[in-house]
Amino acid sequence: MSYAVSTSITVQQGLLGRVPPLWWAIALLLVAMPMIASNFVLFQIFGWTFILGMISLSLMFLAGYGGMVSLIQMTVGALAGYLVAILGTSGVPTISLGWPWWLYIPAAIIVAALFGTLVGALAVRTEGIYTIMITLAIASAFFYFTRQNYGLFNGYTGFNNVVPPALFGIDWRQPAPFYYLTLACASLAYFAVVYVSRSPFGLALQGVRDNPRRMSALGFSVTAHRILAYTFSSVIAAVGGILLVWQNAQVSPGTAGIPQVIDILVIAVVGGIKRPIGPFIGALIYVLLRVYSPDVLLAFGLSGERFKLLIGLGFLVIVFFSPDGVLGLWEKFKARRAKQADPLRMGRP
Amino acid sequence: MTLIETRPPASQKSPIQKPASRNTAERLSSVSSGNALELRGVTKLFGALAAISDVTLTVRPGERRAVLGSNGAGKTTLFNCVTGDFLPTSGTIRLFGEDVTDFPAHERIRRGLRRTYQISLLFGGLTVADNVYLACCGVSRGRFSLLRPRISDVLVARATELIEAVHLTPARDTLVANLSYGQQRQLEIALALAGAPRFILFDEPAAGLSPTERSELVSILTNLPGHIGFIIIEHDMDVALRVAESVTMMHNGLVFKEGTPEEIENDAEVQELYLGDGRG
Repeated sequence: MSYAVSTSITVQQGLLGRVPPLWWAIALLLVAMPMIASNFVLFQIFGWTFILGMISLSLMFLAGYGGMVSLIQMTVGALAGYLVAILGTSGVPTISLGWPWWLYIPAAIIVAALFGTLVGALAVRTEGIYTIMITLAIASAFFYFTRQNYGLFNGYTGFNNVVPPALFGIDWRQPAPFYYLTLACASLAYFAVVYVSRSPFGLALQGVRDNPRRMSALGFSVTAHRILAYTFSSVIAAVGGILLVWQNAQVSPGTAGIPQVIDILVIAVVGGIKRPIGPFIGALIYVLLRVYSPDVLLAFGLSGERFKLLIGLGFLVIVFFSPDGVLGLWEKFKARRAKQADPLRMGRP
Repeated sequence: MTLIETRPPASQKSPIQKPASRNTAERLSSVSSGNALELRGVTKLFGALAAISDVTLTVRPGERRAVLGSNGAGKTTLFNCVTGDFLPTSGTIRLFGEDVTDFPAHERIRRGLRRTYQISLLFGGLTVADNVYLACCGVSRGRFSLLRPRISDVLVARATELIEAVHLTPARDTLVANLSYGQQRQLEIALALAGAPRFILFDEPAAGLSPTERSELVSILTNLPGHIGFIIIEHDMDVALRVAESVTMMHNGLVFKEGTPEEIENDAEVQELYLGDGRG
């Protein structure tokens, strides 16, 4: 399988010339959002979208560029969240160590990345459905372990009152600061993935996806490349996980329960795993459905708890019409429009 | 069709053209070090089928060898064992004096071995420039770099040279999936030339090429720097015997005969087996 990815390595134009106006408009809108949107929309809709988008982006990097479908991303994020609670401060002072933020944040990211790397090292020796099974097995093991371990993970209850440090005297859990925090992290992760996809490492990863045998015949260690892809994606998942824990102000086994683990996959697939923007589109759809579907269901006289039904139906419809997710639908639509505009056919269909 | 006539004219002679006659005993005696490639008793079984059995072969640095044989003679299996795509069932493989029998493919490549594939194995979703650039990265320290290359990058410059060497400059920004078959074959060669190759395995590089493309291929091969040796599998005698200075005939997984192109060409058994009917 080969994906159309590239503009050539040496073709590097100015940033202004390369980015279409639509993107500038979206960027401007996102920056100006706190002036238009309500606090609920900022914190609950966009904050959550950016966070889930980041964790799904880490899956998109592995699946889209590396051809590896990993179900461990949510678990890596949850581990980072747990570490922030354990190493930093939380509502469980008997366990939390109370380290300063400049120590516990990097430590949490590094340990979570090491964990992701270790899982990768086990998973990359398998392909396809077996990768999914191994990562799902480890994710389940993590869920049950955290639920039963009280010494470190505080069992069923987990940790409450896990909040971001009051850096620069700002309460980062207020809607507007939290919006900008998640927006900044998500943009950074997005541009990092876009940038790395054209670096030697990213190109080689796509080479490994398309043709592992040829890659080793060019001197690349296929296994090492795949494992390092897990490391890179784990860093993004870890940052996303920390933000998620800060948003909820708590972390518990349910943060990375099996439904949550699967949701990350659903978000990535619904959005589209071929391009880094896909997971964010998927996350927005997911969050909108999660937040508003109870209202819709109640309006039809159904129980609000059945929101998963709507998500499931939405997932089915999108995957049925476009295996490439919403991005694929958009590309189909563009292709059709371009066809209709064909001047040689005089507007006939 | 006479093979002698199709040899390159004197004007095309490059420094790598070596005297083609050496006595067979000398070539077969294996000098343990100083050989580019040395196979001893290499056997590869697929189930009960011996794709190659007890192959012993020595190639000096800079030597250009053609491996001939009918379909199923074991030529490509031989290549796969040498590059590490398969591990041989038994026997040893030494590359520049070092025992690489158990090495993974990428470790052998980093020691200067290269290969091309019979059916092009390229990255269809990437451009020509990206394909060659990747090949240059594979054997360099920057292969894990997260930084994008600059235009001034040595590897980018090297990639540009290689693209020119295989006459693909006009197509450098074309997606490989959109290249013609002949261009893909040329790109295969560019990938094999990346880095600092010392020994290359060409697996039927001329298969499916037009006559013009074939003569381009011959000029690319004969103009390779003298220190680069190669083994070429080729059914087209015009190509094989013009670029090679020694020939190994394989048949049913065994080395059947070794000699200079003239010796092989005039060998009665070989003629019967291979050059036979349609070729006479």
